[in-house]
Amino acid sequence: MADGLYADGIAAGRLSGEEYERNFSDLHPPLDRHEAAVEADRCYFCFDAPCMTACPTSIDIPMFIRQIATDNPLGSARTIFDQNILGGMCARVCPTETLCEEACVREEAEGKPVQIGRLQRYATDAAMAAGAQFYERAAPTGKRVAIVGAGPAGLACAHRLAMHGHDVTIFEARPKPGGLNEFGIAAYKTPDGFAQAEVDYVMAIGGITLEEGKALGRDFSLGDLSRDFDAVFLGMGLAGVNALGADGEDVEGVESAVDYIAHLRQAQDLASLPVGRRVVVIGGGMTAIDAAVQARLLGAEEVTICYRRGQEHMNASEFEQDLAASKGVVIRHWLQPRRILAENGNVTGIELEYTALKDGKLSGTGETLTLRADQVFKAIGQSFEPGVLNGSGASIALEGHRIKVDEEGRTSLSKVWAGGDCIAGGDDLTVSAVAQGRDAAESIHRALAG
Amino acid sequence: MADIRSNFVGIKSPNPFWLASAPPTDKAYNVERAFKAGWGGVVWKTLGEEGPPVVNVNGPRYGAIWGADRRLLGLNNIELITDRDLYLNLREIKQVKKNWPDRALIVSLMVPCEEAAWKAILPLVEETEADGIELNFGCPHGMSERGMGSAVGQVPEYVEMVVRWCKQTTRMPVITKLTPNITDVRKPARAAHAGGTDAVSLINTINSITAVDLDTFAPEPTIDGKGSHGGYCGPAVKPIALNMVAEIARDPETAGLPISGIGGITTWRDAAEFLALGAGTVQVCTAAMTYGFKIVEEMIEGLENWMDAKGHATLDDVIGRATPNVTDWQYLNLNYVTKARIDQDQCIKCGRCHIACEDTSHQAITAMVDGKRHFEVIEEECVGCNLCVNVCPVEGCIDMVPLAAGALDKRTGETVQPVYANWTTHPNNPAKVAAE
Repeated sequence: MADGLYADGIAAGRLSGEEYERNFSDLHPPLDRHEAAVEADRCYFCFDAPCMTACPTSIDIPMFIRQIATDNPLGSARTIFDQNILGGMCARVCPTETLCEEACVREEAEGKPVQIGRLQRYATDAAMAAGAQFYERAAPTGKRVAIVGAGPAGLACAHRLAMHGHDVTIFEARPKPGGLNEFGIAAYKTPDGFAQAEVDYVMAIGGITLEEGKALGRDFSLGDLSRDFDAVFLGMGLAGVNALGADGEDVEGVESAVDYIAHLRQAQDLASLPVGRRVVVIGGGMTAIDAAVQARLLGAEEVTICYRRGQEHMNASEFEQDLAASKGVVIRHWLQPRRILAENGNVTGIELEYTALKDGKLSGTGETLTLRADQVFKAIGQSFEPGVLNGSGASIALEGHRIKVDEEGRTSLSKVWAGGDCIAGGDDLTVSAVAQGRDAAESIHRALAG
Repeated sequence: MADIRSNFVGIKSPNPFWLASAPPTDKAYNVERAFKAGWGGVVWKTLGEEGPPVVNVNGPRYGAIWGADRRLLGLNNIELITDRDLYLNLREIKQVKKNWPDRALIVSLMVPCEEAAWKAILPLVEETEADGIELNFGCPHGMSERGMGSAVGQVPEYVEMVVRWCKQTTRMPVITKLTPNITDVRKPARAAHAGGTDAVSLINTINSITAVDLDTFAPEPTIDGKGSHGGYCGPAVKPIALNMVAEIARDPETAGLPISGIGGITTWRDAAEFLALGAGTVQVCTAAMTYGFKIVEEMIEGLENWMDAKGHATLDDVIGRATPNVTDWQYLNLNYVTKARIDQDQCIKCGRCHIACEDTSHQAITAMVDGKRHFEVIEEECVGCNLCVNVCPVEGCIDMVPLAAGALDKRTGETVQPVYANWTTHPNNPAKVAAE
């Protein structure tokens, strides 16, 4: 049996050390000072700028770019952080091509928007490298707020509450803070421990206590928090992974893409991380792309994304789809999983059925296709697990299987706010989670002051 | 093909593109390279009187300002006249002229404001068989502190006196180079004309500090923590130079006086604009110092192509063609009414026209129409100022459209009159002249 690249089954060490290093280095290298100045000069400083409107956190983009153009990167960073304290991560992971950069008037003018994301990274990197802290805590209010989940929503909420002088305790189920920034995003988007560095940067304001390994519903209840704190913010994300609904998916080799990515992100040595020779990813979103691309980068010979609808329906942005294609991932549409093929308890392939839209409804055509596979990733979405909320006091109102909130992030329970992926109507973006956490903090602050 | 051969006060060159007196024309090596590259002429970097060589600073001689992507827009220098031995320069000038008989070779001169000094150097230059001399009355730094350069150029009486000495002493054509560091450039031009100069050349560099180092609080360029004003040149000074050329070209006292135009000329188009305002030749420095001598190929080719396209056969068909269109404000037609018009198909919706008009002008451009981002001129408010055109990043997106005679100007409520009328006859002018 062949070793390395062509080893059958799920195997580690497919590549050389240099290959792993090259494959998982920064996707977009940072701009240097001159590159940033040239790119910043392309910004027209639009009136009522469309980019700013398109940003979920409403960063004053023309202003921060102008501050870069005038060689004032720290001032620029402050403009960004004023609206988005996780501006550094958002600069790396935001699908800018469907947000600010899509709205950029240069996109309309010449199909080449100002590279807002990379400029944002330039400024925020400069501030973080300089250790520049722009915010001080207000005088202590004596109020205590509990936050569940140290992901983007929780961190943004915590920082804003700390600014207002409240004492914050964050309960994080995992052994490390950061949420999807630490566990869920493709490694090449945030290399070199950036997620933890950013958490440290955010926490440096003070007044935030982090309790790791503390899970809601296991170590404490919502009722406990409501009793012990003046307010509660729920930002625990989505713990459940949707099932394929295919026969035989419980065999070895069928894995959650989210778990696999989390495992990869925490791996000390990528060479020790096993990956299939032939990998099939089921799904059409960013997670599917992240899993597929990283499988290729780990040395999988064939990686195929199968999505049950057409390209135009994919949640993954065009940029992400192009990225996957450029890394050798094949994206196939109108295919849904039907049966996992296995031998001796291990995946050997997947049987898929062609689909079509009939009268606006998706259904199988009956025709099938079998792909060889020794690893199948499920990336068809995550779900909110309401169980953790139950069992104490009044139950929280849900909407579409997620927590129902009003425009300020208030839940149906007094003293309880929520934001991020766990709330209804979320769009699964880091930047939206930040906006929700920040705005909920302002709402909490108003309530506590009142 | 257009004929761009130049005959400027009897000095012939295959094209009107000369290199100005400056570092690029300091010695035979550079000048030979320039001629090989195609330059029509050079003005050899200024020679001083016989004696110990001039001493330059040993730190930075240049300062600059930049546009996007560090494109050089303005250059400033504190270099003095040539610091090479006078006789070495003269020998090289003679040899270069011999090697390149079809090119113009003019020698720039600056000696103390004494008749004997000028009379001493002129025969030495004549002996080189150079085509002419240019009197450096322009350099604003260093030499001016010693009573030369712009110190002479700023006193019309001195200008006239020195020009007269030169004209009495030499058969060579005399070009008088003028400083822009003066209130009214026509005064020294008239003085040079009165002294008998064959031509003027302008502008020399402008007093300037390019920047201040905010760590050391030193002006730039900085020599050991101190700085001195230098001479500013490059694309940034072109509008100033164009105006000064036009002022002399249209001054009745100096009308017809040949002009060699200088100031920020970087492309064929810049050159054509100087020619149109009355310059017979143009002199280039900063563009060559930025990009090297090769740029002259583009200048020659571009000028010829433009002349061919427009049917201009020779330089004389171009020179001075715009001069009659330069006038005083009081003679501008007040019955000429324009309104901005935004081409919605070209508009990229940046909103700069709106905010410029809204914040700083006449509140004549919308930002939102029916709840949509939409930029459109409100004719009732538009004074036709052109600011929106200037700030729009899309060339040709906003036009200034003249209203036809008989049309209603929605701003004033008046009908556009078919006749020319200016301030001199305007009813609001207390000093108006009665209409004839």
